[in-house]
Amino acid sequence: MFQVRIHGRGGQGVVTAAEMLSIAAFQEGRHAQAFPSFGSERTGAPVVAFCRIADKEIRLREPIMAPDALIIQDPTLLHQVDVFAGLKKDGYILINTNKTFEELGLGDFVRDWPHDRLCTVAATDLSKKHVGRPMPNVPLLGGFAAVSGTIRLESVIMAINDKFSGKVAAGNIAAATEAYNTVRAGIEKARRQEAAHA
Amino acid sequence: MLKQTEGSHAVAEAVALCRPEVICAYPISPQTHIVEGIGEMVKSGELADCEFINVESEFAAMSVAIGSSAAGARTYTATASQGLLFMVEAVFNASGLGLPIVMTVANRAIGAPINIWNDHSDSISQRDCGWIQLFAETNQEALDLHIQAFKLAEALSLPVMVCMDGFILTHAYERVDMPTQAQVDAFLPPYEPRQVLDPNEPVSMGAMVGPEAFMEVRYLAHAKQMQALELIPEMAKEFKAVFGRDTGGLTRTYRTDDAETIVVAMGSILGTIKDVVDEMRDAGEKIGVLCITSFRPFPLEAVREALKNSKRVVVLEKSLAIGIGGILASDVRKALRKLSIDVYTVIAGLGGRAITMKSLHALFQKLKHEESESVTFLDLDWNVVNRQLERERQKRRTGPAAESMLRDVGTVASKIA
Repeated sequence: MFQVRIHGRGGQGVVTAAEMLSIAAFQEGRHAQAFPSFGSERTGAPVVAFCRIADKEIRLREPIMAPDALIIQDPTLLHQVDVFAGLKKDGYILINTNKTFEELGLGDFVRDWPHDRLCTVAATDLSKKHVGRPMPNVPLLGGFAAVSGTIRLESVIMAINDKFSGKVAAGNIAAATEAYNTVRAGIEKARRQEAAHA
Repeated sequence: MLKQTEGSHAVAEAVALCRPEVICAYPISPQTHIVEGIGEMVKSGELADCEFINVESEFAAMSVAIGSSAAGARTYTATASQGLLFMVEAVFNASGLGLPIVMTVANRAIGAPINIWNDHSDSISQRDCGWIQLFAETNQEALDLHIQAFKLAEALSLPVMVCMDGFILTHAYERVDMPTQAQVDAFLPPYEPRQVLDPNEPVSMGAMVGPEAFMEVRYLAHAKQMQALELIPEMAKEFKAVFGRDTGGLTRTYRTDDAETIVVAMGSILGTIKDVVDEMRDAGEKIGVLCITSFRPFPLEAVREALKNSKRVVVLEKSLAIGIGGILASDVRKALRKLSIDVYTVIAGLGGRAITMKSLHALFQKLKHEESESVTFLDLDWNVVNRQLERERQKRRTGPAAESMLRDVGTVASKIA
């Protein structure tokens, strides 16, 4: 079972992202379970949503306390919420930012982390560019597909078409695709650098 | 057709496939998405020949449901928590009049203090109101139970509550197999009311009944619930014949053959318990699960049959009878009368407290050394309770208890679970 925890703020589409991730996994014939952190969410307040992906029925209903991957939609949460709580060793970390892990003050934390599991995407910028609104959730799913390999970009696109239509769907597909390509290129670069150091 | 969708939406679609004629509801979390979904289907014409009535309160919702059901219309509503409590007088009237209304209760705690999260306090508070109460373990089962509920309600002229865990199920996206209209039509015939308000053949409904017949009317309601004990398993069989799925019934067992310990529970927590049981079985423990689907009528014989060869029964429930302890546990104890089986009561998950595999593992180990009469509160923070009790010993004007205890807990925004 692969478990993803998504952190963001009310209004950033955190819950929708988890739901879309589950739809994408379902498209690939897998079992998936997405659920929110059941709070009385308000715009701007910290929000958590969860998604489990597995090859058999998922019966477990507890919150995800030991995720395989983290998607952080708002880097300001790093100073407010223990977003890394329980993250599995060498788990995937995807952050919406145009800064580096070093610049975010996470340099020491990720020092020994495999570099191809660390990923930043300027998802808010991509969303503004393609959709005209600051909604980082969908481009981050494109980035997640690239960094984790757990789901394919085509499945993310199908999930986008399931949730949205018309111009919003088209814009989100463009944003997710650009995020996917950017992250893919970044990972390949990281792998080449690690190979060169080895 | 297999689809990945939200529990609330799956239930909305299933209810629509049952061809309801009147839907009346008042929004309250976590039920709102269900009636929103049906409302959209009525507006778009996808659900034809159905009137969606906006009402000003839950009391009005159940009152409208009573009127429309009495007029012979297949009627549906949904509520939760304080909403259910607000309609209670009408809830008793619906069952007292023998009207086959189907209502979803998206289970949520009851205040005060205000709490929007899941537990079973709301529907359990109505356990003696005369409605049948069925509890869903998954969204698939929630969807399926609604289809069975209309048939069951109309066969017996009794209202049915389908209880599904608020948020945990209603807001979860998971895979469901959505039936076709043809399948539902094959299973659920058009509603043929036993009584109907018709100006051409006027009747009185809900007239005064004095001591001369009130007992008999009440007994009839009880007798019908006893009939339901026969009908519910039959309906599950019929359902399987049409839809190919084992859903509903009175109870279900999981790995109970040779089990020395059997955990009894209702609703979505059963999934987590089954995962724990699998791990404990792998470690050589003889443990199994009894799932209660029908809470009212309570299947005393089926429960006794399932548990009679065990040594230890752990009843884990998301409700609390303040002043005595377990509610489901009391019913299970009645089923086990005169058998020498230890019954443990565990109160868990109140107000949305997460019930984790880790806590359940620790619980099942710990209970081996406990007296069976004990009531265990899973993951209760004794420090918080004891600090408040100490404050109350120290001085008179301690102020509102809930707010004091919340201050002791500190900020929760940074916690994951």
